Amino acid sequence: MEEVGVSSRVVFSTRGVTKVYAMGEMEIHALRGVDLDLYAGELSVMLGASGSGKSTLLNILGGLDSATDGRVMYGDQNLVRASDRVLTAFRRDHVGFVFQFYNLISSLTARENVSIVTEISRNPMTPEEALAMVGLEERMDHFPSQLSGGEQQRVAIARAIAKRPDVLLCDEPTGALDSKTGVRVLEALEHVNRELGTTTVVITHNAVIGEMAERVIQLSDGQVASVHVNQRRAAPGELHW
Amino acid sequence: MRTLRRKLIRDLAMLRGQVTAIAIVIAAGVMTLVMLVTSLDAIRLSKDRFYEEFNFAHVFVDLKRAPERVAERVREIEGVSLLQTQVQSPVRLEVPGFDDPVRGQVLSIPDGRQPDLNQLHLREGSLPESGRNDQVLLSEPFAEAHGLQVGDNLTAIINGRLKTLSVSGVALSPEFIYQLGPGDLLPDYERFGVLWMNRRALAASLDMDGAFNRLALSLQSGVPVEPMIEAVDGILAPYGGLGAYDREDQLSHRFLSQELDQLRMSATILPTIFLGVAAFLLNVLMARIINTQRQQVAVLKAFGYGNGAIGWYYGLLTGLIVLIGCVFGVVLGGWAASGLAGVYMEYFRFPAMSFRLQPRVILLGVAIAGAAAGLGTFRAVSRAARLPPAQAMRPPAPETYHQTALERSVLWRWLSQPSRIIIRNLSRHRLKAAFSVLGISLSGALILVGSFQFNAVDHLIDTQYRLVQKADTNIYFSEPVAPGVKASLLNQPGVTAVETFRDVATRLTHGHREYRTAIQGMDASRRLRGLIDTAYRDITLPGEGLLLTAYLAEHLGVEPGDTVDVEVMEGQRRTLSVPVAGTVNEPIGMGAYMERRALNRLLREGPAVTGAWLLTDQSREQALFDRLWDMPLVTSVGMIRESRTSIRRYIEDTMLFMMGFMLLLAGSIAFAVLYNNARIAFAERARELATLRVLGFTRTEVAWILIGEIGLLTLLSIPVGWGLGTALAWLLNQSISMDLFRVPFVITHQTYAFAAAGVVLAATLSLLFVARRLYRLNMIDALKTAE
Ligand SMILES: Nc1ncnc2c1ncn2[C@@H]1O[C@H](COP(=O)(O)OP(=O)(O)O)[C@@H](O)[C@H]1O
Ligand SMILES: [Mg+2]
Repeated sequence: MEEVGVSSRVVFSTRGVTKVYAMGEMEIHALRGVDLDLYAGELSVMLGASGSGKSTLLNILGGLDSATDGRVMYGDQNLVRASDRVLTAFRRDHVGFVFQFYNLISSLTARENVSIVTEISRNPMTPEEALAMVGLEERMDHFPSQLSGGEQQRVAIARAIAKRPDVLLCDEPTGALDSKTGVRVLEALEHVNRELGTTTVVITHNAVIGEMAERVIQLSDGQVASVHVNQRRAAPGELHW
Repeated sequence: MRTLRRKLIRDLAMLRGQVTAIAIVIAAGVMTLVMLVTSLDAIRLSKDRFYEEFNFAHVFVDLKRAPERVAERVREIEGVSLLQTQVQSPVRLEVPGFDDPVRGQVLSIPDGRQPDLNQLHLREGSLPESGRNDQVLLSEPFAEAHGLQVGDNLTAIINGRLKTLSVSGVALSPEFIYQLGPGDLLPDYERFGVLWMNRRALAASLDMDGAFNRLALSLQSGVPVEPMIEAVDGILAPYGGLGAYDREDQLSHRFLSQELDQLRMSATILPTIFLGVAAFLLNVLMARIINTQRQQVAVLKAFGYGNGAIGWYYGLLTGLIVLIGCVFGVVLGGWAASGLAGVYMEYFRFPAMSFRLQPRVILLGVAIAGAAAGLGTFRAVSRAARLPPAQAMRPPAPETYHQTALERSVLWRWLSQPSRIIIRNLSRHRLKAAFSVLGISLSGALILVGSFQFNAVDHLIDTQYRLVQKADTNIYFSEPVAPGVKASLLNQPGVTAVETFRDVATRLTHGHREYRTAIQGMDASRRLRGLIDTAYRDITLPGEGLLLTAYLAEHLGVEPGDTVDVEVMEGQRRTLSVPVAGTVNEPIGMGAYMERRALNRLLREGPAVTGAWLLTDQSREQALFDRLWDMPLVTSVGMIRESRTSIRRYIEDTMLFMMGFMLLLAGSIAFAVLYNNARIAFAERARELATLRVLGFTRTEVAWILIGEIGLLTLLSIPVGWGLGTALAWLLNQSISMDLFRVPFVITHQTYAFAAAGVVLAATLSLLFVARRLYRLNMIDALKTAE
């Protein structure tokens, strides 16, 4: 049933992934058996109502959290029940994160916020290159407080990609931004994806953004409701909301 | 409001670590106050009750011998209320089963009844029966030291005659609350005892029928004491009166009031230091805790809670913490006070320790703690309440940073990003960092204050017994003898060296200040008795003039070159003017010294000595003492080893006991301060630390940021703490000087190292506690929300 995308190499493969949060007496089933494949080099957009389990799934893929049950394969490595040390190494070596709240370190400049990652990576680009990729070469020595929200988010993207991660996971990267700055951030993501071929997953509740993706994954009630492959990808500049 | 109340309980539970730490700071401050003021009050109250209920006299005089009718002339002096004559004598005692020489003082009481003044508090048994000449009352500590019971016997040599005495009872006297043998500085209950006998029996033994050699009187209220002393002296001088004196010069009273003075100083200074530091820390800590809740305050305001409600809420939170701290402080303070008072009871014998908690003191402690905490809370809450509520809804704006000179330097490039984070965090919040450093330094300073005296006391003892008292035995003669006595002492068993001295009881006067002490005349070349200056070097004894202990010179207000009036308390009781040649730096006692021949000349006598210092072979000590004790000339034998032990024990029991508590409190405060610093640093950084974890930093690497920050603050605090601690210790040291001993202001390297180690230990423990939190830090939770 699946159509072939840019690549046919599977990077992430999840089968029957569940996540149960215990809240005192109550159990919350955030994920109820997720089967999903993500392909190398693709930019996917994950859509779904609030509470449908998007963040939970992304956190599990990125090794920030572990699944209650099921299988999460990264290549041939199973992340379920991996130790903290293995997950830390996994994040360090393979994953870049971008969050809704940029989570920059306020006491470090843009350049330093990037170099904090490049210093612990094996084959990073220079902070300058990373910042140039997101169009911030002019503002490298600014502290977060001296940057706009969109610029801060682009620093966060530069920080995420500077180590040349295999996957880039973004949880509502435009959630706190107006549409114009949001587009600038999406352009940066698209640019990185195209130039570096980084497998990218962008969570959003904004269906319009799905038009720029190769693959649109719809999550509902803790399960994958549908996966749709776009025949034609829109450029971020064409998007309006 | 109900929800707010629930939040209050949740907050208290959630902040329990920090709440406990703050409560410890409060408790420590309040405890210091309650402990010292309560034990001071207990001793003063017990003393006053004893004095009042047992008619402690106001004026005392010893004399050679006067017929009883002379007392009637004294009684007629205007202003005399009650009068009591007595006979008394030094005695030598033999207690079954105790080999060391025992000295005693035996005093008369009216046959079969209590005296009018200086009445006895009977602890056991009864007064000697009227008409019995073999019954005695013993002072309680002496009876206890030897396990003597009512009905037991002991032997006494009274006026050269051996007498077997039977114990009729055990008693305490307001005259001997501090029971000191002549020439002693500290009580030795085994080797000195006080006995009371029927007047008729004792007078018969002393050939003092119809006469008296001791008189005490009390004054009608409002009667000044000075003219009374002059009047009494006028009447009794022809009868060999040795000079009347008031309570100020009464041995037991003098020591007791000095101890009370010193306790009062400690009870003022230590609580001021501790409560002051606690108040400062409280202020800072409360402000910090509330700062971490700024966002919550804004949210509450956004939902329509007024400033009043928010102020009430945090006021209540603070109040509860203060209350917890105060309850602990008062309970522990009361408990420690009873411990401290109990220790004083060993040295100062009262019939009962009157112990009470004064509401005044508790209120004072609560008020100071409450005000300090309230102020910190108020500042922080009003700052938080000023925050526009809308800010709470948005992610926090990143804090403002700018580059500084340091960052353009070469050094900067060598720092890793986490190190840069540490340094930027500290340098961007200089005020906060400065307060943290000050807080930690103060806790380090308290440790230093609490510990320096331990080493200083070692220094004191070492000075006194290595540089000053170099003999191991001293003996006193019953009367002045020719210096040739030296030769016969050298022949005694185990004696390897002998040096003699001439001791004379005097009253030194300068202007309106006076002090009763002995002048000791000694040879210019000596080995067994050192005289040292402030640099601990030996001083050569000048051929003329007095050397005074520096503390005595200060007490009299004299400097080298001045003259003092020396009233000689023996023979013709002449008063002479003698120049002060210099001062000596002795930590113990209030002595005055002269070249021996100069003193002989001053006394218009030929070469004469009244005592000697001996170096002895310890293995033959018993034989030596037996021999000395058999010499009628020798009235007293003192073992310097014993006095060294007893003065150390005294200082340890009183001052160091107290400082031990202080040290414990200082340690708790240090921990509380550091724990709070670490917790707050953690709370403030949780988000950044979580971000770093997401980026792939390990727990250890992330922990470094926290450890580095606290570690750097701690390191910066150590020298500041040394400085502050030295200043506070100096302040405390200034306040503690007594006739008995002066602790030198010496802070050893060990003390500095100890204070630093205490702070580092507190920091390490705190970081370990916080590390647990770091370990459980949930990355997703920390990042999900705005704050
Ligand atoms: N730490 C947690 N504890 C309990 N429940 C949680 C936790 N995190 C998420 N959930 C619940 O799991 C479900 C999925 O949440 P999430 O993955 O954040 O959804 P989305 O990102 O799609 O909005 C929600 O019902 C949410 O309430
Ligand atoms: Mg989400």
